[in-house]
Amino acid sequence: MRNDPKLIAGVVLSEEIRLSLREVCYTCDVSAELIMDMVTEGVIEPQGTEPCEWYFNGAALTRIQTALSLQHDLRVNLPGAALAIDLIEELEEWRRRCRRLGGP
Amino acid sequence: MQFKDYYNVLGVPRDADQDAVKRAYRRLARKFHPDVSKEPEAKQRFQEVGEAYEVLKDPQKRAAYDRFGENWKAGQDFQPPPDWEREFDFGGGGFTGTSGFSDFFEALFGRHQAGGHQRRGARFRMRGNDHRVRIQVNLEDAYRGAQRTINLEAPEVDKDGAVRTRTKTLNVKVPKGVVDGQRIRLAGQGAAGAGGGEPGDLYLEIGFAPHPRFRADKRDIYLDLPVTPWEAALGETIKVPTLGGSVELKIPKNSQSGHKLRLKGRGLPGNPPGDQFVVLRIVVPRADSAEAQALYRKMAEKMPMEPRSERKV
Repeated sequence: MRNDPKLIAGVVLSEEIRLSLREVCYTCDVSAELIMDMVTEGVIEPQGTEPCEWYFNGAALTRIQTALSLQHDLRVNLPGAALAIDLIEELEEWRRRCRRLGGP
Repeated sequence: MQFKDYYNVLGVPRDADQDAVKRAYRRLARKFHPDVSKEPEAKQRFQEVGEAYEVLKDPQKRAAYDRFGENWKAGQDFQPPPDWEREFDFGGGGFTGTSGFSDFFEALFGRHQAGGHQRRGARFRMRGNDHRVRIQVNLEDAYRGAQRTINLEAPEVDKDGAVRTRTKTLNVKVPKGVVDGQRIRLAGQGAAGAGGGEPGDLYLEIGFAPHPRFRADKRDIYLDLPVTPWEAALGETIKVPTLGGSVELKIPKNSQSGHKLRLKGRGLPGNPPGDQFVVLRIVVPRADSAEAQALYRKMAEKMPMEPRSERKV
């Protein structure tokens, strides 16, 4: 057991970052075909028209990873994952509104 | 090591058929999935449920586990019988669930290999799994940026090929302007790869700790500000706290309870930065003295109003 004093800075997956299809595939360790399927099924919406011009932000990366984990852990298919993620985000939005008004 | 009651974890009787076990697992896995549930215990419960299902879904493992009978209780100190491994050969991988099974599971059924889904003896290169950790950050840290020390339990393969758990300590930077629910990717800080494969990544998921004064909505900050009726009616400049320190805020004349005043750019930093919204809350003085009561009566007489007329209450 050894302490590592080095300070590590990561990348914040914000709305502002832009990742190409290639970078997304590398980061999530998946094929481009799977990402294209996710686009077709509405899990994510890239910016740009052609796959070689596609860009994804940090929120899209999080959606891809959530879809992968729902697929792996709960055997949800891609349309189901898209629906679940939309609902999870909507729930989050309501939770935020509730907190903003001073709720739990 | 503590005995684990897998039937209890899944909430099924000991004579439940395989379909009932599967249904219970699917229901609990959905309930406690870390992407679905916001309960702080969700990840741990999800792992427990996965471990219980790993044993009870497999007739061979379940039969072996059932030999312990009903006499064992969850949490009881437990050692596997000495001939255990010889009677049932569970050595090696092939597990379908998530990693991170308990000592109890590993004592009975063997260890997961490092690198998650890799099977024993695999020769191919494989990237390590990504890990995910939730960290709580207070609003001051999100405003200014902070450092955080994180301890992770990481399985590691030693030179004899045995898997040991090692505590890995990381000193990570929480950059200013992070928001609730956002993730930070630390490349290469996840599980070690297999066969020379690259390590996975570590994702830190930011959760804001409740603040005694402020509430956050993405980068915007909300503050309730109690004011007196005369401050609200006549207008006044009041000192209000923000994450960056106190600022002077001009309350306009004839303000009402619930009015929102914006302090542009005084929220969490970013491009663009968030705003701070000050929500006025008019506090009515108590009419405890005869003089105060007389004043209220005079106000009623001189300033008659019908606050319910518009709402038709």
